[in-house]
Amino acid sequence: MATERRHIEIAGLVQGVGFRPFVYRQAEHFQLKGWVANHSGGLHIEVQGNSREIETFIDKLSSDKPPYSRIIRIESHPVPLQAEYGFRILPSVWDSSCSTLVLPDLAPCDDCLKELSDPKNRRYGYPFISCTLCGPRYSIIDKLPYDRANTSMQPFPLCGKCLGEYRDPLNRRFHSEPNACLECGPQLRLCSSSGDTVADSEQALYRALDAIAKGKIVALKGVGGFQLLADAVNGNALAELRRRKRRPHKPFALLYDELKNVCRDCCVSDLEARLLSARERPIVLLEAKDESCTSIHHLVAPNLTNLGVMLPASPLHYLLARHYGTPLVATSGNLAEEPICTDNDEAFERLGKIADCFLVHSRRILRPLDDSVLRVVNNRPLMLRRARGYAPLPITLPQHAEDRKLGRDTLLALGADLKNTVALSHSGWAYPSQHIGDLGSANSLSHFNRTIGDLTNLQRCQPDKLIHDLHPGYTSYRWALKQKTARIGVQHHVAHLFSCMAEHAHSGPALGICWDGTGYDCSGVVRGGEFLHWDGRSPVTHLASFRTFPLPGGEKAVREPRRSAAGLLYEISGFVALQHQDLKRCFTRRERQNLVTMLKGEINSPQCSSVGRLFDAVSALLGLTTRMSFEGQAAMALEQCARGVSSKDSYPFNLAKKDGRWELDWAPCISALIYDENKSLPQRAAAFHNTLAQMALAVALKHGEKNVFLSGGVFQNKRLTETITALLQAQGFSVHCHSEVPPNDGGIALGQIHYAHCMQAAGQPLGEVPP
Amino acid sequence: LGHGSGGAMTQRLLTDYIQPLFNNTWISQAHDSATLPWNTDRLVFTTDSFVVTPLFFPGGNIGELAVYGTVNDLAMAGAEPKFLSCGLILEEGLPMVTLKRVLQSMAKAAQSTGVMLVTGDTKVVERGKGDGIYINTSGVGQQISQWPIEPGRICRGDVILLSGDIGRHGIAVMASREGLEFESNLTSDCAPLNRAVAELIQAGVEIHCLRDLTRGGLATALVELAESCGKTFSLDESRIPVSEAVEGACEILGLDPLYVANEGRFVAFVPESSSKLATSILRGTVAGSLCEIIGRVGDGDHPQVALKNSLGCDRLLQRLPGEQLPRIC
Ligand SMILES: [Fe+3]
Ligand SMILES: [Mg+2]
Ligand SMILES: [Zn+2]
Ligand SMILES: [Zn+2]
Repeated sequence: MATERRHIEIAGLVQGVGFRPFVYRQAEHFQLKGWVANHSGGLHIEVQGNSREIETFIDKLSSDKPPYSRIIRIESHPVPLQAEYGFRILPSVWDSSCSTLVLPDLAPCDDCLKELSDPKNRRYGYPFISCTLCGPRYSIIDKLPYDRANTSMQPFPLCGKCLGEYRDPLNRRFHSEPNACLECGPQLRLCSSSGDTVADSEQALYRALDAIAKGKIVALKGVGGFQLLADAVNGNALAELRRRKRRPHKPFALLYDELKNVCRDCCVSDLEARLLSARERPIVLLEAKDESCTSIHHLVAPNLTNLGVMLPASPLHYLLARHYGTPLVATSGNLAEEPICTDNDEAFERLGKIADCFLVHSRRILRPLDDSVLRVVNNRPLMLRRARGYAPLPITLPQHAEDRKLGRDTLLALGADLKNTVALSHSGWAYPSQHIGDLGSANSLSHFNRTIGDLTNLQRCQPDKLIHDLHPGYTSYRWALKQKTARIGVQHHVAHLFSCMAEHAHSGPALGICWDGTGYDCSGVVRGGEFLHWDGRSPVTHLASFRTFPLPGGEKAVREPRRSAAGLLYEISGFVALQHQDLKRCFTRRERQNLVTMLKGEINSPQCSSVGRLFDAVSALLGLTTRMSFEGQAAMALEQCARGVSSKDSYPFNLAKKDGRWELDWAPCISALIYDENKSLPQRAAAFHNTLAQMALAVALKHGEKNVFLSGGVFQNKRLTETITALLQAQGFSVHCHSEVPPNDGGIALGQIHYAHCMQAAGQPLGEVPP
Repeated sequence: LGHGSGGAMTQRLLTDYIQPLFNNTWISQAHDSATLPWNTDRLVFTTDSFVVTPLFFPGGNIGELAVYGTVNDLAMAGAEPKFLSCGLILEEGLPMVTLKRVLQSMAKAAQSTGVMLVTGDTKVVERGKGDGIYINTSGVGQQISQWPIEPGRICRGDVILLSGDIGRHGIAVMASREGLEFESNLTSDCAPLNRAVAELIQAGVEIHCLRDLTRGGLATALVELAESCGKTFSLDESRIPVSEAVEGACEILGLDPLYVANEGRFVAFVPESSSKLATSILRGTVAGSLCEIIGRVGDGDHPQVALKNSLGCDRLLQRLPGEQLPRIC
């Protein structure tokens, strides 16, 4: 039998997932000699032995690979034989500019959980238990290669027992970088709101639970940052948390100990159960069961029947949730829309007035990662916020981006200003960042800068071009102007369309239905009800839009649906509209007088074509929400109002050509809706949703393009998305929705990249501006 | 239209309206140029044009504005205003009484600020080609501070003083132009600032920089200064005085008082050691009676203006991109 030696290179998600121990065990099994090492480009292996065994060994690398690993490419070639005495794991090699993938933070695996609750195990109750298959990753990695010295585990030298596991190729913790135990690893600590330590380890945990039981608010140092915990059953505690956080209505997320208890309070489909239990451990939006009102306090999600639910994402969360028994509120530890706190001292300072005590530990969190949020729509997961558990995994771009010519440029897309994410494209992959947030604050802006640094450092490349939105008021746009890099501007809704296309690896003709709140397009109109078409070759065309109406007070109208309602009715019938009873009850007499003056004089009353504002206006006209304390409140209320109505009734509308493009006129719908005395409120809300779906269909039929993409914040609405999908599918359209990145502005950065690639492939100019 | 032709009618405008009001040696000479006495080494010179609808608004008119505007620009450079020129562009059909009222308030404003209007010019444009009156004033002043007062002198740790409540001018003008009605009466803050500045300098306050707040409001002025000196400013939102009337009007209009125009407010950058003295002096003046310390210059070395709100969040202020367009998606 021939003896040979082969050099094997594996690219993909192969570091930090237990790949080297897996290779080691396979090599032992096939009695192969040689070595394996982490490499900046992935994993390098050399094996020497029986050539048939080597073949099988290479097959096994793909077929039996550790869960969660992803292989992009395996290449191998023969090399000269060498003197070898066994199989070894060599130190990491870090020399080239190739990239490798960094893993997100993963919830504990079953083996670790078993040990955690086994009184005989030496890690019984140890909140930082992990192994090669689970535990923190992106939140603790400083730089590549993924070695302990390059993580925030660096200050914790392994004790004898842990080192034994780390060195034992047959152990689950072989080369597990976050490996630790009570002896040698990070420790728990309970601190007062001023930062003084009041208890350690187990005692810290018990006293924190005690505080929650007494109605206190506990700041917990979680996986990607601080969370605020409170008893989800205790109304006083929740009212206090809402008061201190100045968050009157925005729903809080719930932490449950196990799935069966979630099922007690909420309706959970199979897919939802799978998502809840997935290693990413996102928050999943679920429909609450009616009887759950008895256990979950209504202040968790005032006036809403959807609950954001998650299962424990770390051993520490397991310990807390299990010991507490009843669900806990777990909301992000930040001020308003700022990034969540990650550092102990920062948390004491910023959250000191909100939390009564702090459950912290000695392992540093190197970057903020919010909890991710998903919802099931059309029987598929729909991402609403992409962060912990998903970042920094890349998204594969459609084939042509791998084209050497196109893939060569490293693009950095800066996204939109609210729900900001950035994305880097590099050799056929797009790396979307975690959710960064509203760039209006100083802290978010520094998070934005650090995240760009993270992406470029981990991928070891600098952007050749920047891509930004066209809105001149965006911080990201101003940031781009200051860089010494060429830049490309992409219109907001074009980016929405291509974002959805990117997810479906689509780079051909497409019809985009892009409905959101605000997008800038140089026309002076606040856009948000747009239909775009791409023929796969030429520039994108603007096919149709909604009839515009004024927003008295501009950005103020975004927070006050009653203003959108006033603008909407004013557009239909002029100033007499302000006498309408539905408006009269929302404003004082003087307010109405001034609104008329503003509308007539066009004072701070920009025109908008936004479906988001149309939702707000209808929500106000139906008396559901006249002012909002959080974004999306009015639309959520309207969606929820229609719950349980299955009627397909809709209101009339007009579709006509105006200035060379189709205009959807909502006026007949609104006129019918406000005087519709025959229908109940829920029926009117449902009919409004149905009308929008009919409008989408009408435009799609006029055009005929079969591939339809739904993008924009409006498509976070399950009822609307599902109604449109069903309606269009019945007419033979293929309808595509978001799944991996959010339909809201969190998906813009990915779309900016895909747009640039598609236009480059089509030979269209990108309107590049030199630095 | 004949009033601007340079003939007898122009002469009548000068002798009947202007000379009696601005009675000084130079204007009485009715010469092409004014020859002025000058005996210091630092001359400060500025110019500004004034366009406002309506010409008369609660708390002021275009005439006062034209004098105070240029006087204030001189004061912001640490100068005592001395002489003004005045260019009038009148729209045909402007009632002579209106002109007279405007000129009267210019004269009164000049007198109260101790500046002399020494030369001028008048042109008349066809009906429909002007909004009644446009005024340009240029002014020269004499530097009275020992050192130049300019953005480049702003230092880390400097305290930022604001002379009074903001936003009154912009809102008062808009309300009277558009016929908006608010709970309480609102008047423009239009006022001269040279006295307040002179008192600060005379008391030995080490002023590093001054800036009057005009179009674009407090936010725009501070962002511009941060950019020219390359430093980080931190402001405390709760310390910025805003009258209830302005607050209420902005609430209805959806405007941010930080971006609304002022005509009699300024910010001063002084070292921490002078801040107490500066505050107490300013509070004793008419223009600075509501003076507050609103923030300070931080350690950062990138131009940034952060406004801390009551929650503790730092919001970054930007220059306005034209009009206020919503960003929220
Ligand atoms: Fe959007
Ligand atoms: Mg000026
Ligand atoms: Zn594990
Ligand atoms: Zn140990």
